[in-house]
Amino acid sequence: MLSTILIIIGLILLLAVIMNVSDSLLQIEAKKSGIDIDKEDIGIIPKLSFDGMVSKPAIAKGGSHHNLKQGFEIKLAGEASHDFLPATSSTFAMRPMDYRGIAPIPKLFVEVGQEVKAGQPLFFNKSTPDIVYAAPVSGEVVEVRRGAKRAISDVVILADKKLTHHTVTAPDINKASREELVAFLMKSGAWPMINKRPFDVIASPDEMPRDIFISTFDTAPLAPDSMILIKGKEKDFQAGVNALAQLTEGSVHLGINNSAAGSWLSSVNNAEKHYFSGKHPAGNVGIQIHHINPIKSNDSVWTLGIQEVASIGALFTKGYLDTSRKVALVGDEFETTGYVDTYMGANIGELVKNNMTGDNTRIIAGDVLTGRTVATEDFLSAKTDQITTIKEGDYNEFLGWLVPIAPRPSTSGTFPNFLYPNHKFIADTNTHGEKRAFVASGDYESVLPMDIYPQHLMKAILANDYERMEGLGINELSEEDIAICEFACVSKQPLQKILRQGLDMMREQL
Amino acid sequence: MGLLDIFKKIEPDKKKSPILHTLYDAAFTFAYSPDSVTDGGVHIRDGLDLKRMMIHVVLALQLCFLFGTYNIGHQHFVASGEFLGFLEGFHLKLIHGLIQLVPIVLVTMIVGLGIEIIFAARKGHAVEEGFIVSGMLIPLIMPPDIPLWMLAVSIAFAVIVGKEAFGGTGMNIWNVALLSRVFIFFAYPTTISGDQVWVSGYESLAAGTQASYGWAHGLFNSLFELMGVDLFDSARTAVVDGYSGATPLALAYSGGWEAVTEKFSLAQMWWGTIPGSIGETSKPFIIIGALMLIVTKVASWRIMLSATIGAAVMALILNAWGATPIMDVPWYYQFYMGSFFFAAAFMATDPVTASTTNTGKWIYGFLIGFIGMIIRVMNPAYPEGWMLAILFLNTFSALIDHYVLEANMKKRLQRA
Repeated sequence: MLSTILIIIGLILLLAVIMNVSDSLLQIEAKKSGIDIDKEDIGIIPKLSFDGMVSKPAIAKGGSHHNLKQGFEIKLAGEASHDFLPATSSTFAMRPMDYRGIAPIPKLFVEVGQEVKAGQPLFFNKSTPDIVYAAPVSGEVVEVRRGAKRAISDVVILADKKLTHHTVTAPDINKASREELVAFLMKSGAWPMINKRPFDVIASPDEMPRDIFISTFDTAPLAPDSMILIKGKEKDFQAGVNALAQLTEGSVHLGINNSAAGSWLSSVNNAEKHYFSGKHPAGNVGIQIHHINPIKSNDSVWTLGIQEVASIGALFTKGYLDTSRKVALVGDEFETTGYVDTYMGANIGELVKNNMTGDNTRIIAGDVLTGRTVATEDFLSAKTDQITTIKEGDYNEFLGWLVPIAPRPSTSGTFPNFLYPNHKFIADTNTHGEKRAFVASGDYESVLPMDIYPQHLMKAILANDYERMEGLGINELSEEDIAICEFACVSKQPLQKILRQGLDMMREQL
Repeated sequence: MGLLDIFKKIEPDKKKSPILHTLYDAAFTFAYSPDSVTDGGVHIRDGLDLKRMMIHVVLALQLCFLFGTYNIGHQHFVASGEFLGFLEGFHLKLIHGLIQLVPIVLVTMIVGLGIEIIFAARKGHAVEEGFIVSGMLIPLIMPPDIPLWMLAVSIAFAVIVGKEAFGGTGMNIWNVALLSRVFIFFAYPTTISGDQVWVSGYESLAAGTQASYGWAHGLFNSLFELMGVDLFDSARTAVVDGYSGATPLALAYSGGWEAVTEKFSLAQMWWGTIPGSIGETSKPFIIIGALMLIVTKVASWRIMLSATIGAAVMALILNAWGATPIMDVPWYYQFYMGSFFFAAAFMATDPVTASTTNTGKWIYGFLIGFIGMIIRVMNPAYPEGWMLAILFLNTFSALIDHYVLEANMKKRLQRA
């Protein structure tokens, strides 16, 4: 009985070996005769396509389709309603610290009391004098705020009631050379809107990026609907894509949410479209780059946000830098959530005025995973499109680690979250435990849809092991990608901080 | 709120009395979760922390504890031929089991936590939670009659040499609970191997030996007298002729599967009413605990599954070889004997000592099953191979991870 079972298993194994060998031989033959085995399905064994699990939308012809399995959706209460709130801001600021890579004390073009127009140069970095950082609004420069060691933290402008723009004449995209386009973008203040990866810093004008990636949807907790953010600016977006396509030797790639497959995004020209479905962080551009065309050792790629692309396009369609932005006010501590029409760098206090409930709240510029804690006198970063409010969690809970069987956002199964599948959590900032050494394994990998081992990367960074860091893929990551791992961390380790340390170490090497 | 205020008032000074402060901190963080808020990085954190993760392992072990306690008493009375039915003499068996178990748990906790507190006080950080699980696992892998001083020495060895010397929780290379057992195994082998040690309450298992009861038994006797039920009576309870405290595994060595089935039925071996270490006998309760850990994602199902596959593969190979009686035991019956399920579910899956990459976990678990089965079958001096196999693979788990990471790095380089 046993021996017959063994013989049958042996025969099946033999058959599998024969099939595998012949499959590989066929592929070798195909390669020899020049057939591209990645595109064609050569071989005996049919290619199982897991992408077929989520059906490819019929309209999505061309472009690739990715179904990301790892990830975790943090369903928080306080989603933005689709209404526009009447809140406005009268002061705006440009924040040098938002742009990684520039010196702490940039050189100013303007001084306090001077009148500026929207798009007019405000300051520049000493080592890159051609790249201009432009004013988001027109008005009077009222304050140059300084932080630690006299570093400039905000250049504050009191906005005019009606904006006057610093007009520019855009070169013709089809006729201008790359150098002319780059010089134009630097002069008009649009250059700082481009992020370079690896390291997530200001792009370097001498470098040719391999590709440009734009993620058109945001899966962060309570993130705004990007279709609302870009509404009315579709032509500007297309113009921006056209301009960007001239700047790279590769292509412009759009990461599109699978559910937005039939929208106008699918018909954008000069761009390759890639459809993503999956939980957060499927909307992160770093994850999308990894699945479309990962960053290799000496590559640099550029990334931009959806509103930034429209701003660049407006240079060509409207003749000025469009600094208007839509910002979402989200979170359970707001009376009414919604969207606001404003400009880059708006004042937080004025936008959230009379809208906050509760007294012990934290205001975050950005989302709860990657945002920056702000006070009412602070300003939004130019590239941030949401303000989140959550409760501060500075309370002691009796037997808090054992007893709470009420649902709480968690990637583990130790809370009865499965009983409340559509429950929106009211989260707070309590750490729910103290910092410990790395103990659990596999929890980072289960939420990060990349072929990277995050825990070992963190250990390599902490050990200052440059070769190991690079080998394990630090160049493919930015803080926003590792943020979901930091959320899931049982040992409450500061992963984003460790990653930034590692990225800075790698940057110094160059 | 009252308790919280009391706690805040009695906080001892950290510099002046570090040990008191560490004790206070351990008690405070046990009673109350800390009020620290996120600062930099993410603003909200997962609800799971290390304490909660550890307590779920302890919860998963509770069924094994309950059954093991009762089984101690059951085996004691089976040896004397009394109360042969599982539920007969319920009160006697339960109390006898508790009298054996509670001192073991107390000694484990006091010695282990005491050492941890001393080290934490010296280093100036909080008492870390690693010992919650180890302290619950150690009683379950000990024979019921283990002398308490031996237990204390082994725990001191395991915690000091096996854990604190490497840096505390999260830094140890070897499984702490297994280190304590392996210490006793090599230092005091007669207390943990052979046929005499798995049944408690008798000086030796020779026919006619009377049960040795202590003051605790006398205490409960007065209670039982009041209730009018059977009492502990060393005159009445004596080892019967022909009783050997042999575990199924010991029987299989000498006589193969036939010898095992002569003495124990399959149902007995499955449900666990057999002599053995305290927690390892009852397979269904271990499986329930393991399922609980898998569902809550606290333990890795990959390790459990691949250990089972590795053990099965090796058992099949040994069946094919068939040189000794134990090799002839059909491969599916190998799982009924010994502590495979316990080792695979709770020992092998310790996240700190196992491989950390998913591919590594498959290899690690498979090799544990594979090598453990070899040790069990080939060498009758090592009655159970899992302890040694797991410690062996703990040594190599980082190496397995190293190769998985090297493959990942090479793949990344080749992309370039």
